[in-house]
Amino acid sequence: MEQKKVKARIELEDGSMFHGFSFGSIKSVAGEVVFNTSMVGYPESLTDPSYYGQILVLTYPLIGNYGVPESKIIDKLDRWFESSRIQVLGLVVSEYSFTYNHWNAAKSLSQWLIEHNVPGLYGVDTRMMTKILRDEGTMLGRLLFFTEEKEFYDPNKSNLVEKVSISEPVEYGSGEKTVILIDCGCKDNIIRSLVKRGIRVKRVPWNYDFLSEDYDGIFITNGPGDPKMCRETINKVKSALEGTKPVFGICLGNQILALAAGADTFKLKFGHRSQNQPCVEMGTKRCYITSQNHGFAVDGRTLQAGWEPWFVNANDGTNEGIRHVSKPFMSVQFHPEAAPGPVDTEILFDDFKRML
Amino acid sequence: MNTKKVIILGSSALKIGEAGEFDYSGSQAIKALKEEGVYTVLVNPNIATIQTSDYLADQVYFLPVTPYFVEQVIKKDKPEGILLGFGGQTALNCGVELERSGVLRRYGVTVLGTSVETIINTEDRDLFVTKLNQINVKVPRSQAVSNMEQAVKVAAEIGYPVMMRIAYALGGLGSGICQDEKQVRERAQKAFSYANQILIEEYLQGWKEIEYEIVRDQYDNCLSVCNMENFDPMGIHTGESIVVAPSQTLTNREYHMLREIAIRTVRHLGVIGECNIQYALDAKSEDYRVIEINARLSRSSALASKATGYPLAAVAAKLALGYSLVDLPNSITRVTKACFEPSLDYIVVKLPRWDLKKFRQVSNKIGSGMKSVGEIMAIGRKFEEALQKGLRMLEIGASGLVQNREMEFGDLDEELTEPTDLRVFAIAEALKKGYSLDKIHERSFIDKWFLAKLENIVNIEKKLQAVGEQRCPQDLLLEAKQHGFSDLQIAGATGHTEQEIRRLRKDYNLTPCVKQIDTLAAEYPAQTNYLYLTYNGSQDDLTFLERRSVIVLGGGAYRIGSSVEFDWCCVNSILALKKLNYQTIMVNYNPETVSTDYDECDKLYFDELTFETVLDIYEKEKPLGIIVSMGGQIPNNLALKLDKAGVKLLGTSALSIDNAEDRHKFSKLLDELGIDQPEWKELTSMAEAEKFARKVGYPVLIRPSYVLSGAAMSVSVNDEELEKFLNKASDISADHPVVISKFIENAKEIEIDAVAHEGELLVYAISEHVENAGVHSGDATIVLPPQRTFLETTRRVKKIARAIAKALKINGPFNMQFVAKDNDVKVIECNLRASRSFPFVSKIFKTNFIDIATRVIMGHHVPRVDRSAFDLEYVGVKAPQFSFTRLAGADPTLGVEMASTGEVACIGDDFEEAFLKSLLSVGYKLPIKNILLSTGPIETKADFLPSARILQKMGINFYATGGTARFMEDNNLQVTRLHWPLSGKSPNVLDYLSEKKIDLVVNIPKNYQEEELTNDYIIRRHAVDFAIPLFTNMQLARRFVEAISRKNLKDLQIKSWCEYEK
Repeated sequence: MEQKKVKARIELEDGSMFHGFSFGSIKSVAGEVVFNTSMVGYPESLTDPSYYGQILVLTYPLIGNYGVPESKIIDKLDRWFESSRIQVLGLVVSEYSFTYNHWNAAKSLSQWLIEHNVPGLYGVDTRMMTKILRDEGTMLGRLLFFTEEKEFYDPNKSNLVEKVSISEPVEYGSGEKTVILIDCGCKDNIIRSLVKRGIRVKRVPWNYDFLSEDYDGIFITNGPGDPKMCRETINKVKSALEGTKPVFGICLGNQILALAAGADTFKLKFGHRSQNQPCVEMGTKRCYITSQNHGFAVDGRTLQAGWEPWFVNANDGTNEGIRHVSKPFMSVQFHPEAAPGPVDTEILFDDFKRML
Repeated sequence: MNTKKVIILGSSALKIGEAGEFDYSGSQAIKALKEEGVYTVLVNPNIATIQTSDYLADQVYFLPVTPYFVEQVIKKDKPEGILLGFGGQTALNCGVELERSGVLRRYGVTVLGTSVETIINTEDRDLFVTKLNQINVKVPRSQAVSNMEQAVKVAAEIGYPVMMRIAYALGGLGSGICQDEKQVRERAQKAFSYANQILIEEYLQGWKEIEYEIVRDQYDNCLSVCNMENFDPMGIHTGESIVVAPSQTLTNREYHMLREIAIRTVRHLGVIGECNIQYALDAKSEDYRVIEINARLSRSSALASKATGYPLAAVAAKLALGYSLVDLPNSITRVTKACFEPSLDYIVVKLPRWDLKKFRQVSNKIGSGMKSVGEIMAIGRKFEEALQKGLRMLEIGASGLVQNREMEFGDLDEELTEPTDLRVFAIAEALKKGYSLDKIHERSFIDKWFLAKLENIVNIEKKLQAVGEQRCPQDLLLEAKQHGFSDLQIAGATGHTEQEIRRLRKDYNLTPCVKQIDTLAAEYPAQTNYLYLTYNGSQDDLTFLERRSVIVLGGGAYRIGSSVEFDWCCVNSILALKKLNYQTIMVNYNPETVSTDYDECDKLYFDELTFETVLDIYEKEKPLGIIVSMGGQIPNNLALKLDKAGVKLLGTSALSIDNAEDRHKFSKLLDELGIDQPEWKELTSMAEAEKFARKVGYPVLIRPSYVLSGAAMSVSVNDEELEKFLNKASDISADHPVVISKFIENAKEIEIDAVAHEGELLVYAISEHVENAGVHSGDATIVLPPQRTFLETTRRVKKIARAIAKALKINGPFNMQFVAKDNDVKVIECNLRASRSFPFVSKIFKTNFIDIATRVIMGHHVPRVDRSAFDLEYVGVKAPQFSFTRLAGADPTLGVEMASTGEVACIGDDFEEAFLKSLLSVGYKLPIKNILLSTGPIETKADFLPSARILQKMGINFYATGGTARFMEDNNLQVTRLHWPLSGKSPNVLDYLSEKKIDLVVNIPKNYQEEELTNDYIIRRHAVDFAIPLFTNMQLARRFVEAISRKNLKDLQIKSWCEYEK
């Protein structure tokens, strides 16, 4: 099973260097290095557009165990994935499992990475790397082969949303109500979760002018990078907030809604990327275990009059959602659509539907 | 938090299916309640536990965990609340009965945490299915039946093979697969003797078995702390399975689908606290079934707790008091909350520890009933690494998956389809023989991902073998270490010595990394002291500072002969060290223990107790030294080797330990000191053995000197038996000599537990056995202080102990065993370490022998404890707990080989009171109306005659077979004659037993070693299968008769430990 080992390495901005072996594609890359502490769900994670421009380090040491399913388009979406391609720039793990076994697997993780021309590195002390990223903060890094060189590259300086959003509107599902879904790098399960509830979804590019169209609600999706890069989206949402049609945001959508409402966002030291983030609903003793993937956050202290924090992170107290006190505008920092992760907050889609 | 006083029920003696995990959970619960200022009352007769320590619960009752006794304690102490979820099935069943009978209501006691109604909904299969159907959660097609005809009918409807289960059964008792109607009838008959209701269900062959541990608070916050996957698919009880955490072969969809169902179910049932849910998951689709729910702390939750670092029992206790998960901190990170789901960045492997060879006539096949007596947990960053560590931790002589001494598998195919306790080794063997993964999978249903990992290990062994005696290249050596190969294994595969590989490893600078278990995969900084070693890493998580630290080596897996007692010793040694201001370091790997709770010591290495690993830790930590005398035989056996490697051992020197362990050296020493011992000889041939036996006279005790945990010792009464045994111990040679000694009959056995300071006896406790010598000390009923030993005998025992302590310069704990006849005292055993009875004597004397021993070991001055053993105002009696019910076919007799799985000890104002309480704690029942007698050879029949007369006066009805009946009639005793089981005539003994017309069986075996399916054996086995109390030992039976003739239930005092004043 095991092929001849090809050596590769990853170097961080601070000079730390980790040597390992290659799986997936042999290709040097540079980007932002982030870690995720999830124990399952690599096919979903790797296709999450929020990872665009990032080299992902997985803390769970055994990866690839159950292979990767075959692509299967159902209702214009790829059944087992969160977008139509692998979004991460590179993948770093402790052990890559050369043998995989699952009834739904069609290929190995390595094969899949090769198909998408994405490099992987195994045999790395990912716990040690994670501790560096946690202590020093998210860093730039480069995954290098042989004698290749590559400049460090900071993806957050570009508008990443532009790169992952669609170019033309697409419609999904059917129903009495229509929701404009602003695609900032949408995870497909958001669309599935809406369609499943009998909502017609019109997915539009990040800078699409939807204000003149006929719709019942707006949904702002997740996506990569710094929310402040999405000036055009923020402005459109700001206009929408003058009306009374329901607005719901997830992840980057939460940040965009906050910025549109006059609040500020900032970059977290190392972000939240995991499936075990506890979020307390303000004013209650209810805590939800949530799936997250974000490097920026809303500064809860900057919320303007009429807005209030909705959820807060029980671990570090950061904002996990905001809502308007009287209008149907709200958003969450976590991922109620899960995929990967716990499905505890999927009920929020029901709440949204009721508001339409 | 309005509850101020709470009663907690323990799980009583350790038994198969209910072991040390409940000491861990009960102790954590008590600590958690104390933190909240709640007054705690504990009922648990298991004296060797940590939870019954004087510093934990405010009141401890060493009383049976039965409705009668618990009611008396409630009446006396008037608690406001009761915790039922921390003492296993024993506590749960007792609690359910107390609720049903109205006792709790009558005394105003509130059940804290999960309600009894919820418990019943999870335990009664019909209600369970109804509840789950309400929320569209799938359960196996099944039906509860309450009589034989229904059972047969339902089985036919569902279609064979079917699974049979019993309601309210711990560890899958009596459960099993039935292939046809005949098997249904057989199993059902047995089952109906335990339960009114059994369950027939669809058999999910080849499905994956998955578990989740869920916590929920009263505000409806609900989360999954850990999920686990069984390496062995459905059909093998989870207690018998290799288990990994987290699951390895589940996709995100499967993982979260099952998690969501678990949470939905737990909410619907209304659990408050902790809950375990077991699933079958189809290996070919997302179809699933919920198999079982345990609305209490369980073996799995203890494992989950250790696997994740999430203190489930402590959290469950706080939730029971009314806290929310958001209120509670994460006690590992201290900066985050308990309301989260741990993320692991390592893999945990649990392996069961069996001891099947210790029992006669027990099948070594594993299945849906639990037979294992303990377990280990291994941590690594590769499955292979954790698995191979784990196989070594079992201490069954395996050095990993490969490089083991010859293991013979008659029929590999059969071994794969009908697994035994050696299944995993059989797979390795099959891989070596060239079986494909598919072929192994088809037979075993084990997921090919796991099988491929086993194949990796086999392949690395091949690579090592190919290198042979050449210098092993660095990358191969590293690869082997990363896949869990020990130095010894690598040495074996390459033809080197362990030391040579260690040196080579050092040359290459290959040492393991120390990693922390922090519950959050390094996401937040955590000052955690919960550690393991791995070669799959490049940096230690901590820096090692020179500190005054001491390493205590733990006891390893619980097994027959070594269990919670040694954990008590380790934990108390750690406590003593803390008081003396040392930094404490614990090494142990048993997830059922308190010693592996990371808040007990300053640093916990959850890792191997092998020479290699202990030395690796020693070299990292540079402690003052290592204490090897607390954890039983495993650390004791390392002493000499560690000493030779230059490790500083604290306490009695390695040389002295060797002088006591080595039979030749010890015997020579005894001779020099003029101390008597039974005549013995080490022999290498049959002829010599027979010559010796004839010289000293039969019976003789035979013991192979090289023992791999199997049935080892035996008593022979004549040439024929000796020959039979020696033939069985096929491998007698110079390498594997056999030790034969004179077996002294009708002698008493006496023990001394003591601590000496540089050869001077500081404190000691002498206790006597109720049974005559010949019953293993672990199976004996032990009395402290002695009640029937001559003063002169105890004086001689003390004198001998003094002489030996001096001669061996003992500096720490030790234990000696003696046989005494008249006033003749002979030494039969000496261990220079803490023994099984240390917690018992410490708690009865209220003098902590381990605290004293630890002070001595650390060179602190300890004044001599001035106490005569005879000035107690009360008596302690320790009784063994057997698990024969779980071991189908096992002959429930006592012998020189230990067979008990646990013990209890109770205190009384006199022997009879303590004795009866102890027996009631291990399953004997009062009152008794009908006794079945079968009292062995004529001498023992005569021995029992006075007891029989007493019983007759008490108005007890006798039943007896053939010889015994005649004997009784000849002696003018009223007896109903029953026919032998094999006679086929009625009235037959078996009918009387299965119809429960007998309350007690006294069945004295005719000789020491008989393995045929005799009438006697069938009677004994039937008694066990139908849960009828059984005596097979004459002394024990006689003392019991005396006791019940003087005392009844009402005479047994309800006094807490502290009410017995010295």
